[in-house]
Amino acid sequence: MSQPHRLAEGGRIDRKRPLTFTFNGRVYPAFRGDTLASGLLANGVHLVARSLKYHRPRGIVGAGVEESNALVQVGEGARSLPNLVATQVELYDGLSARSVNVFPSVGFDLRAVNGWFARLMPPGFYYKTFMWPAGSWRQYEHQIRKAAGFGVVPTGADPDDYDHMNVHCDVLVAGAGPAGLAAALEAGRTGARVILMDERTEPGGALLAGSGRIEGLPAGRWVNRMVEELASLPEVQVLARTTVAGYYEHNFLLALERRTDHLAPGSDPGPRQRLWRIRAKQVVLATGAIERPLVFCNNDRPGVMLASGVSEYIHRYAVLPGSRAVVFTNNDSAYQTAFDLLDAGAQVEAIVDSRPAGQRSAEARERGLQVMNRHAVVDVRGAKRIRGVRLMALSADGGSVSGKGRLACDLLAVSGGWSPTVQLHAQSGARPAYDARKVCFVPGPSVQAERSAGACRGSFDLQACLTEGFRAGAAAAHATGHGDGGLSRPIPSVEGREGDPIQPLWIVPAGKPVSRVPKQFVDPLMDVSAADILTAVREGYDSIEYVKRYTNLGMGPDQGRLGNVNGIAILADQHGTDPGSIGTTTFRPMYTPVTFAALSGGEQKELFDPVRKTAIHEWHVEQGALFENVGQWKRAWYFPWPGESLDEAVDRECLAVRRSVGVLDASTLGKIDIQGPDANVFLNRVYTNPFMKVPIGRCRYGLMLDENGMLMDDGVTARLGEDHYLMHTTTGGAAHVMSWLELWLQTEWPELKLYMTSVTDHWATVSLCGPNSRRVLRKLCSDVDLSRESFPFMAVREGAVAGVPARIFRISFTGELTYEVNVNANFGRHVWEAVFDAGEEYGITPFGTEAMHVLRAEKGYVIVGQDTDGSVTPVDLGMERMLGRKKDFLGKRSLFRSYLVRKDRKQFVGLLTEDPKEVLPEGGQIVDDPSAPLPRPMLGHVTSSYYSAALERSIALGLVKGGHGRTGETVHIQNFDGRTIAARIADPVFYDPKGERQNV
Amino acid sequence: MLLIECPWCGPRDESEFAYSGEAHIVRPLTPEELTDEEWADYLFCRRNTRGDHLEQWCHASGCRRYFNVQRDTVTYRIKSVYKPGEPPPGDRP
Amino acid sequence: MQKYSFLSLARNALTYHENWQRAWRSPDPKPGYDVVIVGGGGHGLATAYYLVKEHRVGSVAVLEKGYVGGGNTGRNTEIVRSNYLWDEAAHIYEFSLKLWEGLTQQINFNLMFSQRGLLSLGHTLQDLRDIQRRINANLLNGIDSEFLTPEQIKEMVPAIDVSPRARYPILGASLQRRGGTARHDALAWGLARAADSVGVDVIHNCEVTGIRREGGAVTGVDTSRGFIKAGKVGCVTAGNSGVLASMAGMRLPLESRPLQAWVSQPLKPILDVVVMSNAVHAYISQTDRGELLCGAGVDSYNGYGQRGSPATLEHAIAAIIEMFPRFSRVRMLRQWAGTVDTCPDACPIIGLTPVKGLYFNCGWGTGGYKSTPGSGWVFAYTIAQNRPHRLNEPFSLERFATGHLIDEHGAAGVAH
Repeated sequence: MSQPHRLAEGGRIDRKRPLTFTFNGRVYPAFRGDTLASGLLANGVHLVARSLKYHRPRGIVGAGVEESNALVQVGEGARSLPNLVATQVELYDGLSARSVNVFPSVGFDLRAVNGWFARLMPPGFYYKTFMWPAGSWRQYEHQIRKAAGFGVVPTGADPDDYDHMNVHCDVLVAGAGPAGLAAALEAGRTGARVILMDERTEPGGALLAGSGRIEGLPAGRWVNRMVEELASLPEVQVLARTTVAGYYEHNFLLALERRTDHLAPGSDPGPRQRLWRIRAKQVVLATGAIERPLVFCNNDRPGVMLASGVSEYIHRYAVLPGSRAVVFTNNDSAYQTAFDLLDAGAQVEAIVDSRPAGQRSAEARERGLQVMNRHAVVDVRGAKRIRGVRLMALSADGGSVSGKGRLACDLLAVSGGWSPTVQLHAQSGARPAYDARKVCFVPGPSVQAERSAGACRGSFDLQACLTEGFRAGAAAAHATGHGDGGLSRPIPSVEGREGDPIQPLWIVPAGKPVSRVPKQFVDPLMDVSAADILTAVREGYDSIEYVKRYTNLGMGPDQGRLGNVNGIAILADQHGTDPGSIGTTTFRPMYTPVTFAALSGGEQKELFDPVRKTAIHEWHVEQGALFENVGQWKRAWYFPWPGESLDEAVDRECLAVRRSVGVLDASTLGKIDIQGPDANVFLNRVYTNPFMKVPIGRCRYGLMLDENGMLMDDGVTARLGEDHYLMHTTTGGAAHVMSWLELWLQTEWPELKLYMTSVTDHWATVSLCGPNSRRVLRKLCSDVDLSRESFPFMAVREGAVAGVPARIFRISFTGELTYEVNVNANFGRHVWEAVFDAGEEYGITPFGTEAMHVLRAEKGYVIVGQDTDGSVTPVDLGMERMLGRKKDFLGKRSLFRSYLVRKDRKQFVGLLTEDPKEVLPEGGQIVDDPSAPLPRPMLGHVTSSYYSAALERSIALGLVKGGHGRTGETVHIQNFDGRTIAARIADPVFYDPKGERQNV
Repeated sequence: MLLIECPWCGPRDESEFAYSGEAHIVRPLTPEELTDEEWADYLFCRRNTRGDHLEQWCHASGCRRYFNVQRDTVTYRIKSVYKPGEPPPGDRP
Repeated sequence: MQKYSFLSLARNALTYHENWQRAWRSPDPKPGYDVVIVGGGGHGLATAYYLVKEHRVGSVAVLEKGYVGGGNTGRNTEIVRSNYLWDEAAHIYEFSLKLWEGLTQQINFNLMFSQRGLLSLGHTLQDLRDIQRRINANLLNGIDSEFLTPEQIKEMVPAIDVSPRARYPILGASLQRRGGTARHDALAWGLARAADSVGVDVIHNCEVTGIRREGGAVTGVDTSRGFIKAGKVGCVTAGNSGVLASMAGMRLPLESRPLQAWVSQPLKPILDVVVMSNAVHAYISQTDRGELLCGAGVDSYNGYGQRGSPATLEHAIAAIIEMFPRFSRVRMLRQWAGTVDTCPDACPIIGLTPVKGLYFNCGWGTGGYKSTPGSGWVFAYTIAQNRPHRLNEPFSLERFATGHLIDEHGAAGVAH
C-alpha cells in the first residue's frame, strides 16, 4: 500500500513498524509515530470535518494542539472517544476514526445547506427569532439541538481505569521545547527536584519540527543529548504525553498524562490516564507559541494550513501536505516553510508577503523563489480542497487592495505571526500584556512563583529561547535553595539571522466591505467570521466579553487558541485602539480538555465515598439482610425470611421485640469519650438540660441545639467515672457533633480541662431489647447483678459478657427492657453470636433499622433529621422540661426570640387515621380544608408513619401548626398520589405511655 | 487548592481542612441581656471582607485543632497563620 | 426599539446586516436620577425595567462596574425552577417562573427559555421522604411537581444509572416539568435592551465607590465616573453586597463564596432534562450547543476570586460519573466560578434598610438566576412604594432578629 505524500526519508516515524488505520470506513497505511492527521495527509486526505454551524468542509490546519478543525470520533462502543483532535491522536495498528457531526458523510453533508442560509444566521440570530408563536421555542430548540454538538457519548460504562498522582517538586517545567529542556536541565543540575512535562510523544517541541542546528548539531540530535542528560539526573522526572492543563492557587497545578491512548485498547493493564496533582515551589512555563492564521476570504478551505504545521509535517512526519504550494505571510517565520517545501520537492508557486521587500525575501529570491511583496491572498478557490488563490496588491498600511492575480496551488501555508501560549500564566492569576513590537500578548507580572521562558514569553528566536530557558531554570532552582542562580555552563550557540519585523495584518482587505465579502473566518471551529465581529460591535456588543458571548468567538473546543488574538485585534481596530486596551478574555482551566474520569481519579462505586461497616456486618450479610445507607454507614435495614416482604419482616421483627427479645446492631451510634475535671461543665453548656450532677454509673438523655436554637442532635451520655463520660450521638450526626464540640472547646472555652476522643469504631454495640433480654443476658454475664434493683433503667455497669469485658447500658429506644452491650469491636461478632446462641430458646430475632424506627415511633421518640429538619426547637417537640432554666446553654437565647415563642408554630404530634389499616404517606402535607383553593394553606407534614403490629393499627408522627393545642381534632393529609386521608391529632406516645415496660 | 500551614502539623492541602467562618466572633457572656437584634448580629452578621479576612480553620483530617488564618479573599494569598488566643496580626478596626 | 423577528432578520440580511441598531444605548451618567440601581446583572436590570414599566418612575439608571451580565448572571448554569419547600420561597420563585413564561414575548428577545423538565434525585430513604414532602408542598402551592420511580427516571434519562451498583443508588426523584433552562446572556441583554427601551440609562464601566447619606437618608453614590445624585438607591450586587453594605455602614448576614460550573466539549444530544442531586452534590444539563453543563455545591470558604477549588470540582465530577457512567470518557473543556452571597437560611434579603432611601436585594446564594424577573419585580415595587410587596415581606432583614428564618437548605443544598 502506498502513501503518496510520504517523503522517502526523514521524519521521526518508525518506518520499520508499518500499520493500518481506518478513517470513515476506508483503510489507510501509516507508520508508528504518525498521528491520525499525519497519516491522513500522507494518504492525501485533507477533507476531514465539517464546521459547526454552516457545515463547511474543513481540513487539517496545524500539526499539534493548535489544530481546531479536525475533530474526530475514535473507536466505537463504550471505549469510543468523542471530539479528539486528529493531530493529537497517535496511530496504533487498527485504530478506527470517523468524522463527527456529518450526515451522511463528510464528503456529502446534507446540513451543508445551512451555508445557503448563512446570511440569515448572523451572530445572535437565535435571540431575534424563533419567538413565534409564543412558547414555541421548545419545538424550534428540538431541531436546533439535533444539529448541535460534535462527537457522541460512549455507549456504555467506561472499561478503563484512572488514577491520581500527588507530587511535590522544587521546579515544575511545563513544556519540553528548547526553553523547557534548557530550564529543566539547568535546574536539574543543581540537584533540585524537577518535573518536566510535555504534551507531545517525546520532548523537543519545535526543535523536532524544524531544521535548525544547535552547537553544530542538528536540533533533533541536540534534543537527544539533552534528554540523555536529564535521564542521568536522579531528581529529574520527564513525562511525555502529559499536558499541564490547570494552574490554581498556591502553585497547585493539574496535569493529564495519557498513558495508554497511543496503544491498542486493552493492551496495557494500567490506568488509561493519570491526573497529576502537583504542588511546585517554582514553576517555569515554557509552553511555546501558536502560529496565527490570517483572516481572508474562504480561509477555512481544506488545503489552507498554518506554515508551521506544514514544516512540522515535513520534518517530524516526513509528509508533504501538497505539491504546489503558495506561502502567505506577514512575518519572517513562514519563509522557512517555503524553504522546507522546496527542499522536500514541492513546487513553491510564490511567497506572498504583506510587507515590503526585506532580508528574507532577498534570501528567497536567491533560492529562486518568487516573492510577491506588498501582496496578499484575498480569497481561495476550491471547496473541498483548494485549487488556487486570488491575489491583490496591498497598500503600505495594509488597509486596501488593488489589482488582481491568480495562482494555482493545492496548498496554502499561512502565517499571521505567533501567539505565545500564555494560558497557564493567566490561569495563575496574572494578566498578559500586549507587546506592540512583537504583535502579541506576552506574560505580565507574575503573581505566583512562576516565570516564563522562550516563545511563550514572546521570544521566538531559538537563541533567545535557550538563553531564557537556562536562566529560568537556574533562577527557579535558586529560589528553592538549589544552586547559586548562575549558569553551570555556557549557553549553546545557535546560528542566528537578523530579520524584519512583523506587520500587523488582522483582516486582509478584499476590496469590498467586510460584511459583503465571502466569509473571512476568525474562529473557524465556531464559524465566527470577521463580519460577525463587526456586526456584534454595530449592535453594541462591543467589549471583548460581549463579542465572545455574542458571536461564540473562542467558545469552542479549542478555547480560542487559534482565533482569539485575531478577534481581539479586529475589535481593537473597530475601536481605533490597540489590542492591549481591549485585553483578553479570562483564560480558564483547562488548557486542553481533561477527561472527566481522570479528574475524579477513579472515585467510583464503592470508592466514590468510603463505606463504613460494623464489626458484625458480615453476619448480617450472611443472614440475607438488606441494607440502607445512613451517612457513610451500611446499616442492616431488615432481615427478611425467604419470600417475606418488607412489611411482613418488619412486623415480625417488631413483635419479637415486644413479646420476647430482639437484637439490634447499634454499633453505628456515635460515641465520644470525654474525660477531665471540667467535663460536666462542658456537657452542661452544650446540652439543654442539666449535666452538672449526673451520678457515677448513671445515664442521662440530652438535647443539643445549634446557636440558632434548633435541635441538632440528641443522645444518651453516661457518667463512667469521676471525670469520665461517654456521649452517644446519632449515627448520621456523629462527625458533625464532634467538630461542633471541638470548636467550642478549643476556641471559646479553652480554659476547660477535658479531652474528647471519638470512639465510635472502637466499640461494637449489641442492643438486646424485649422482655426476655434480661434472661438472655443473664446466661452470658455472671459478674453483673442484672436485677432491676441493683441495675435500674438509665444505669451503666461494667462486667464480662460472653467472656469479654463489656459496658452494659440500660437505655432504650424501643420502650422495652433493653441492655446495650458494648464490647471491643474486635469481639463484636463473637458476642453477637453468643447472644444468639443464648437467646435461641426465646426465639431471639435480629432486627434492622426499619423495625427500630417503628418501635421508637410507637413510643413517640423523635429521630433527628426525620422528625426534625433544622427548623424545630425542643419546645416544638413538647420537650420544654428538657430546657435548663437556671443555666445558659448553646442556643438558649435564640429560643426567646419573637418568632420562636409563638403558639402557632409547627408542633410535634401523633396522628391516627380513622381506618386503622390505612398508613399515612410520609411527607404527606397536612391541611385543615382539603378542598381550599390553591395555594392551599398547609399546617405541617407527616414525618414518620408506619403500621404498628403491636398496636394492630397504623400510627404516624408529624408537625402541625399549633398542634399541641389541637389534640383530638381532625386534619387531612394530602399526597401527590391523589389520596386525601383524615386523621386525628393525638399524643405522640402510642405504646406504653407510662413507660412501664422499660422500667422492669 | 490552597496550601494551608497548620500551626502544629505544617503545610497541608486545603482538602485536609474544614473552614469554620470568620475568626474572633466572641460569644456574648450574658446572652439573656442582649436584644434580639444584638443577638442576631452575633449569630449571623459577618464582615464578609473583600480582601484581608481573618478566618478560622480546623485541621479536620489531621490534628483536629482549630486555628486562625489571615487570607486575602480576592487573591487567596495567605498572609499569616496563628493559634487561637493569639492576637490577630496588625491593626484591626 | 427595533423589533426583532424573522422578518427583521431577513430584511437585514438583504443589507448584509449593516443596518442593525445598537441593542441598547451606552449613555454617560446624568448628574442625578430618581432611582439609581447599583449592579447591572439580571436582577438590577429587571428592577430598573419594572420601575419604569410598572411604577412609572421618571428617571432610572443602572450602574454597572464592568459589562452587563458579567457577574453571576453570565456565569450560572441557566437553571430555572420553582420547586422550593417553604411557602414563602415557593411563592416568590413561582411568581418568577410565571414571569419567565411570558418574558421572551414581553421583551421581544428570545431567552431560549426551555421548560425541559428538572429532576431532583433521591439516594437515601430520608431523601425520598424529603422529596415527597416537597412534592406535596409544591402541589398545594400550585406548583407542578411529580414523583418518579427509578424506572421512570431511566425512561426519561436513558443515560443515567439507576442500578443498585452505585455507592448511593438512585431511589427516586421529583420532577418539575415546568422547570428547565434559559440562556443567561440572553436574559442580561434582553433586559438591558428592554430597560433601555423604556428610558433607563444602562451605564457601563461605572463602579460605585461610596454611598452618600445625610441625616440618615441616602443622597447619591460616588462612582468611578463621578458623583451621581439619587433620590433612592437600590443595591443588587450579589457577591459584592457585603462590600456595598459596608459603604453604608452596615453589616449583613452574608458570606460570599465561589460557586463553580464547568462544561464538557460539545456532544450530540444525550440529555434533555436537568438532573440535580443534593446527596452527591452535583447537577447537570446539556446546552443547545451540546456541552454538558455541570455544577457543584458552593465552595466551603469565602472568596471573591471568581475561581473555584479543584477539590470541589473533582468531587462533583465523580458524582456526575457516578450518576452517568457513560460520561466518564467525556472531557471537560473549561471551569469557572461566580461569587454568590449566601444567607444563613439559603433565602434572599429583599427590602428596606435602616438608611432611608437605601434598599438591598441580596443573599440569593445559589438561587439568583431563576428568580431574576420575580426578584426585579418585587424589588421595583419595594423601591417605588417604599414598602415590601407581600411576596418579599418574609425576606426582610428583620427575620434574623425575630428568628423567622426560612431554611431552604434542603431545596437549595446544591447550587442550581
